[in-house]
Amino acid sequence: MTFYERMMNLDRRWVYLVIGVVVVVTAIWSFAVPLYVTPEARSVYDFVDGLVPGEVLMIGVDYAPEVMAELHPMSYAITRQCFAKDVKLLLCCLHQNGPGMVEQVVAQVAEEYGKVNGVDYVYLGYKPYPGITILAMGQNFRIPFPEDYYGTPLDSLPMMRNMTNFDNVKAIINISGGSGTEYWINYANGRYNAKLAIGVTGVMTADYYPFLQSGQIFGLIGGMKGAAEYEYLAEKGGYITREKDQLWASKSMPIQTTTHIVIILFIVIGNVGYFMSKRKK
Amino acid sequence: MRRTLPIAVVAGVGFFMLIQYFIPLEEFETLYEWALDWTMVIGCFAMALGLYSLTNMMVTKVRRKAEGWGYSLVALVGLFVMVFVGLVPHYQDSLKYGTLFMDIFEYIYIPIQAAMFSLLAFYIASAAYRAFRARTVLATILLVSAIIIMLRLIPLGPLSAINQWMVNFILTVPNMAAKRAFWLGVGLGATATALKIMLGIERGYMGRD
Repeated sequence: MTFYERMMNLDRRWVYLVIGVVVVVTAIWSFAVPLYVTPEARSVYDFVDGLVPGEVLMIGVDYAPEVMAELHPMSYAITRQCFAKDVKLLLCCLHQNGPGMVEQVVAQVAEEYGKVNGVDYVYLGYKPYPGITILAMGQNFRIPFPEDYYGTPLDSLPMMRNMTNFDNVKAIINISGGSGTEYWINYANGRYNAKLAIGVTGVMTADYYPFLQSGQIFGLIGGMKGAAEYEYLAEKGGYITREKDQLWASKSMPIQTTTHIVIILFIVIGNVGYFMSKRKK
Repeated sequence: MRRTLPIAVVAGVGFFMLIQYFIPLEEFETLYEWALDWTMVIGCFAMALGLYSLTNMMVTKVRRKAEGWGYSLVALVGLFVMVFVGLVPHYQDSLKYGTLFMDIFEYIYIPIQAAMFSLLAFYIASAAYRAFRARTVLATILLVSAIIIMLRLIPLGPLSAINQWMVNFILTVPNMAAKRAFWLGVGLGATATALKIMLGIERGYMGRD
């Protein structure tokens, strides 16, 4: 095997080793990554920033721990921004592994800001079959969720007194790691005209640009980079601080950056090997 | 009768759900809410059936010591331990942050899932190295697009603005055109399938005749 052929056929274990080393080294010796804030992420931030105290924002948290590195920072940043602005939150979960994720976010951030369950926020809990649940919520939140996550009847929660359905929330932000987003677009926006923005994983981002252009969603936070953009804006707005270790996605961006550099280098090595060995033949 | 009745029910309910969408009558609203209740109740039965089927399959595998029975045993233990710690104190109390149920979720389930998914980085790196070869014109277009998209995560100084413009172009023009065609295809396909089911042409949901 010639040198160029070797470049083309590197053992995959070398790729794994280099990626592993780069991830660990960057995690230890980090650096700042300059960010370009995309208009689609900014529009979500600007919308939340424009809400006035007492208004209600709904967040649909539909993801499992496998994608928490990308999506959890979005949930935290938006929740912190809302609680800092005294905006009320209505949360629900339509992913079977997601209830614990919401509870983690809401329990921690509510404690930070001294927010009270039922007054400043309501966590509806989890229900299976996202399409049916969204359709039912569009009629009345009490159809799929007669009680909140903690077992309290919705009617006895002060925040829910004048709330019936999507008409009573200013917008919905769906943070999702799966197909749940399509249900929110088709039913919450399509059927009930709810104002909708989404936060999705990096690999899902490209799928949702048509909905952004058609106006079915007014904003899109894409992957860890999108979360870092949101954190950047939230930090500038004074809602989260680096000192309190509240910028998780931004902290992970150097790792993503160096890993991508390594992947690009491997692609270049493979292609140089391919062309050089072809020329020799 | 065994065939006609289910087809009649599906056609009736299907056409009602279609018509009520366009006619804003209060009676239709009530019927629509009633239908949603029914769907949720039927869904609960499906979950119970799924749980029974899963348990039955796992128990049979363990009893027969079939290949990989150990994994089935772990799955069964996991299932019943979670049900037990979730239900025994009082199920709604156990859902709060800091309980045993949530601790198992946070300290066992989250690390397991996060570790599983993080392995993807290694596989993607290896797959990208092998797959992105400029063998043909189309493969070269794919390769160049992928590199441009990946470069958006890398600080390139003054070149970052140009790269960002190219990323925006790729995502909002060719990508969006392809995705829109895809979504329209999915929408038309779903409409055609729904009509076929309502008209009794597609009967797969009835199982074997």
